[in-house]
Amino acid sequence: MPTFGTSQLKLLEKLCNVIAVSGDEGEVRKIVLEEIKDHADDVRVDALGSVLATRLGRGAKRVKVMLDAHMDEVGFMIVADEGEGIYRFESVGGIDARHLVGKQVFVGKERAAGVIGGKPIHLMDASERTRKVPVDSLRIDVGLAGKAKVGERAGFATKFRRVGPSIMSKALDNRFGVATVIELFKHAPSNIDLCAAFTVQEEIGLRGAKVAAQFFNPDLAIAIDSTPANDLPHFDETENATYNTKLGFGPAIYIADGSTLHDPRLVRFLQAVAASAKIPHQLRQPGGGGTDSAAIQRALAGIPTVSVSVPHRYTHSPVSISRVDDWKNTLALLHTALKKITMDLIGKR
Amino acid sequence: MTDILPFLKTLISTSGVSGNETPVAKLIEEKWRPLVDETRLSRVGSLHGLKHGSGKKRPSILIATHMDAIGMRVSHIVDGFLRITNVGGIDVHVLPGAEVTVHSTGGADLPAVIAMPSSKLLPESAGDGALEIGYLLVDTGLTPREVEKKVRVGDLVSFANEPMELAGDIVSGHTVDNRASVAALTVCLEELQTKPHVWDVWAVATVQEETSYLGAYTSAFEIRPQIAIAVDGTFAKGPGANGWQTHTMGKGVGLCIGPNMHPFLHKKLKELAERLEIPWFLDVTTSHSGTDAYPMQVTAEGIPTALVEFPIRYMHTPVESVSVKDIQRAGRLLAEFIASLDENFVDTITWDE
Repeated sequence: MPTFGTSQLKLLEKLCNVIAVSGDEGEVRKIVLEEIKDHADDVRVDALGSVLATRLGRGAKRVKVMLDAHMDEVGFMIVADEGEGIYRFESVGGIDARHLVGKQVFVGKERAAGVIGGKPIHLMDASERTRKVPVDSLRIDVGLAGKAKVGERAGFATKFRRVGPSIMSKALDNRFGVATVIELFKHAPSNIDLCAAFTVQEEIGLRGAKVAAQFFNPDLAIAIDSTPANDLPHFDETENATYNTKLGFGPAIYIADGSTLHDPRLVRFLQAVAASAKIPHQLRQPGGGGTDSAAIQRALAGIPTVSVSVPHRYTHSPVSISRVDDWKNTLALLHTALKKITMDLIGKR
Repeated sequence: MTDILPFLKTLISTSGVSGNETPVAKLIEEKWRPLVDETRLSRVGSLHGLKHGSGKKRPSILIATHMDAIGMRVSHIVDGFLRITNVGGIDVHVLPGAEVTVHSTGGADLPAVIAMPSSKLLPESAGDGALEIGYLLVDTGLTPREVEKKVRVGDLVSFANEPMELAGDIVSGHTVDNRASVAALTVCLEELQTKPHVWDVWAVATVQEETSYLGAYTSAFEIRPQIAIAVDGTFAKGPGANGWQTHTMGKGVGLCIGPNMHPFLHKKLKELAERLEIPWFLDVTTSHSGTDAYPMQVTAEGIPTALVEFPIRYMHTPVESVSVKDIQRAGRLLAEFIASLDENFVDTITWDE
């Protein structure tokens, strides 16, 4: 693995600044294909649009490891044209509508500038001032002479930026995963056959991962994603015991979430690797949520699966915040772990 | 007519939260200095630009455009996160996920985002509607130690999203209210470079309109103009706003009637707009116009005051949108009005009864 630095951050920036709403992942797919083509023994785009790439190792007893990262992000779809540049839209994926009023978006492949406005506060009555504004009363406005088309996707217009120890960007969920798998693919160890699945439609039901796992039929799989860090202070400043993960504490290893009991052999293995290599890491608090691991684990006759995530604050919002070091340590942990994978790991339970 | 768009975009990218207008005041002064005979700041920070008229007797007209912006202020620091309170009429709906700048005591401008904590971290009474500003947090991405070093209670927080150009000559961003009017007044001053005028013209960028009308009260008192015109945004028709108070954007200048405005001045502006074929529409307010016209009218022994407007969509959100054409039209109408004033205009002001 090369030294972590600007080239990785540049790749992440490029991935974060394009828009790839579930079902329309083309912009990320283009970058992925370009990045991996010189390193792959086989690359294909499957029937749903996922990129499935294989890089073979050398020697006998190679373990077939699937690394999964979903390419899609939450966003919007234009659903009706109301004339004069005003469009109705629906959310794609889980977006809290309270993040939408007064935000800038880009619409369609040409990235037309648009805004999601709101009623002026001066014209609201008292109850409107405190009520949530539902998506169906919001509109995307691309300007009086603007032309968008029903069916086009839109995404947040915020730009990637580096600030102190942090990254501020949209779509860190899951461009972290995509950039991680690209890096690991480029620097894959030879003891494994690396099956990279850059999947579609995670945010709307893990659909890409399901068929990717069925295609690869790997010995084991690791879903690499980005998970919320709810490590904010409690309103009354008592202890926050439901943080899920915390920024600055390294990659989050999953034990159990809302849809998967992660393979305990793989969980213990990652913890041991991190401990012996002295890589900061944390256990994601067991609880809700889920990743592509749910679809992969139950594919075919069952695939031992674990998840590792880079923590981020403010999930599915216009701007998420993460720590650069958490990503750096995620890459270090996974690269070190891949080198140590043998069939013994899953040979017995 | 020069293209006002680049200046408008710079204007709305420059901070000037009510009470702290210095950065934008400097920018406006730089722009106005070659267009007027003198510039200076009032005792409370409003920018005065004086352009001399050509008359022997030189009555004066004051054009007021407020340069302050709504924003926020740090009220408490906890674990590296900032709690905030509002400066001016902030709509809490726009805050979660908004990009902001923290203007730190240390001097650095820190990029930050407004965070909406998960419901697990809030009391049940916070509800699932729009969260009160007191529950929100500002995250600078810095460590708690860095934040403690740099930020103090009282530091200002301003909106930071960059301006966007929408199709059809529309500019969208925060603080279009009321920098668009500053831009219109700048267009007016540019027009007056080649247009003779008898009256002295006081171009004024006022402070603290959003909080107390401090600038308009005090500048009108100091200058004591014979007449005054406030320039400000009115509500544009659009998503969420289609009532009688709203007007079609891109279709002209608003001329407002109501108790804050002198009907004679309104009539003159209307006649002039019609003669020059500048599209205009009638706006009405039943009492307080919510603009600098309100304080100026009751300054000293009273000043005949008018209100010139253009429609702004999504007022008091970070995506306020305005038609650049409407700004140019307002600027031109102001210049033509000033040029039309003769030495004895004040004596002709009558009540039409």
